[in-house]
Amino acid sequence: MPLSPKLTQRICAEFPKYPEKRAVLLTALHFVQDECGGWVPNDVIPELAHLLEIPVIDVLEVISFYSMFHAEPVGRYHLQVCTNLPCCLRGARGVVRAFERVLDLRPGERTADGMFSLAEVECLGSCGTAPVLQVNNRRHEEGFKPADADGLVARLRAAAATSRKKS
Amino acid sequence: MAELRLLLPPVGQNWSRIADYRANGGYAAAAKALREMKPAEIVELVKESGLRGRGGAGFVAGIKWNFLPKDGRRPRYIACNADESEPGTFKDRQILELNPHKLIEGLLIAAWANSIDAAYVYMRGEYRGPFENLNAAVAEAYAAGYLGKNVLGTDMDFDIYVHRGAGAYICGEETGLLESLEGRKGQPRKRPPFPAISGLWRRPTIVNNVETMSHVPHIVTNGAEWFKRIGVEKSTGTTIFGVSGDVVRPGTYELPLGTPLRELIFDYAGGIPEGRALKAVVPGGVSMPVLTAEQAMQVTMDHQALIAAGSMLGTGGVVVLDERQCMVRAALVIARFFRHESCGQCTQCREGTGWLHRLMVSLEAGTGTPSDLEAIDEVARFMDGHTICALADAAAWGSGWFLRRFRQEFEAHVSHHGCPLAGTSFEV
Repeated sequence: MPLSPKLTQRICAEFPKYPEKRAVLLTALHFVQDECGGWVPNDVIPELAHLLEIPVIDVLEVISFYSMFHAEPVGRYHLQVCTNLPCCLRGARGVVRAFERVLDLRPGERTADGMFSLAEVECLGSCGTAPVLQVNNRRHEEGFKPADADGLVARLRAAAATSRKKS
Repeated sequence: MAELRLLLPPVGQNWSRIADYRANGGYAAAAKALREMKPAEIVELVKESGLRGRGGAGFVAGIKWNFLPKDGRRPRYIACNADESEPGTFKDRQILELNPHKLIEGLLIAAWANSIDAAYVYMRGEYRGPFENLNAAVAEAYAAGYLGKNVLGTDMDFDIYVHRGAGAYICGEETGLLESLEGRKGQPRKRPPFPAISGLWRRPTIVNNVETMSHVPHIVTNGAEWFKRIGVEKSTGTTIFGVSGDVVRPGTYELPLGTPLRELIFDYAGGIPEGRALKAVVPGGVSMPVLTAEQAMQVTMDHQALIAAGSMLGTGGVVVLDERQCMVRAALVIARFFRHESCGQCTQCREGTGWLHRLMVSLEAGTGTPSDLEAIDEVARFMDGHTICALADAAAWGSGWFLRRFRQEFEAHVSHHGCPLAGTSFEV
């Protein structure tokens, strides 16, 4: 699968900021994930490596090193629950369990319809609002309670249905 | 009780837009620095102010700047550390969300002082909102002539680029950050050479935290003596403390260094819910040794006092644990974190973090033995000080100090064949 012209253009626009093209790799992978539903399909990697003038293996090892890059599909809504100390102290385990129950899946898994995936993540830098839940790139502002899980999942399903109708 | 806000706008205000920042005195320090002060004067002023790095290690910023070579080689860079990922730490986020021009102005003055061509702000990938907010502020600063060619009519060209990380704690380590910025795995580099000599793309580079750089404007405006009068000796100025865990009002509080930890927990953060008793405090992010309640009630939040108490100030991220909480579980969560975040480069860390985590899991599951307690201590000693970067030290302290300061509770897990606090403690 070739990189789309738009994506190629976005990546190339980053080059002037750095003395080496390789420095754009993390940014480029974020762009790929933005365009490809939150993950990096294997078949874009050779062209990406070519564009940045680096070996394919360098792209692969960066993808596997950083926890925000996904080599497998994630859900349309990627639910990330921080389970580090400040969040655990305020009930993060209960939040994980609530999503496990509502979605019938375990952390690291995706629902059959591709709508949701669940992940336990490390500190998201918002310990004052613990427990912290982040959906895709957006943090929930207030401490999330296990009882909120049903409502959130329903709202996200409804939002997905609405955007499907529009398109 | 009121905070002393130098870095942050008054409670309830947001100065992210340049008009608001300027209306409150913003960019006056940059104008003063570029028009009235020689670069060397600024380096000396920052050194004289005693400003110490706010990223965890607490190195004196002005001394770090002095390590740059004097040969005039260009280009030279600033790598500004916005990777904030030490658990319990959420202070740089406040600056990035509420006062991003403060950081830009600090970077601009530091660039003038150190003949810097460009600054790269390395921001953790999860901070999408702060990334967008800082980028918007950078665009305003270009439009207003504070960035770009001939800044403020001088012969200085200066650019700021905001760069996103992708979820790796180790990229907050200064050389892991440089590797990551260059587009590689964030595995720390051996030193020497230090970044000031050979940093980004093997060019001279200064690496400073967001908060450190954000202190520079008000030091230029008010002078080193003024800054030294805030805080205590060898720990000058304010910092943004974060308080989380078992408190009534978790959040950030900007206060002078040297503030008693007791005041921070009981006055500012409202104490512990339902009048429960304090049990333990991690005073500076989970990398720093845990304090018992007795130690915590006596210590002040500055470098000297915390070292004397057997811990460190770190990032000033305070995690409070009350009487219900199990210390083995706390150590387990911290060990799990470091196991996940070890970059895998050094054997002591890669293997040691796994050992510590497995030992904690076994204790908590009731399968621990007395020799496991000795093993925790032994593994911790095997890791501490024997690796390229300080992640192994932090992992060793996290587990080792919970064991040393709460040994009875660890022993009880062995003799009870499980967690004696399972009925009250948080779940892991």
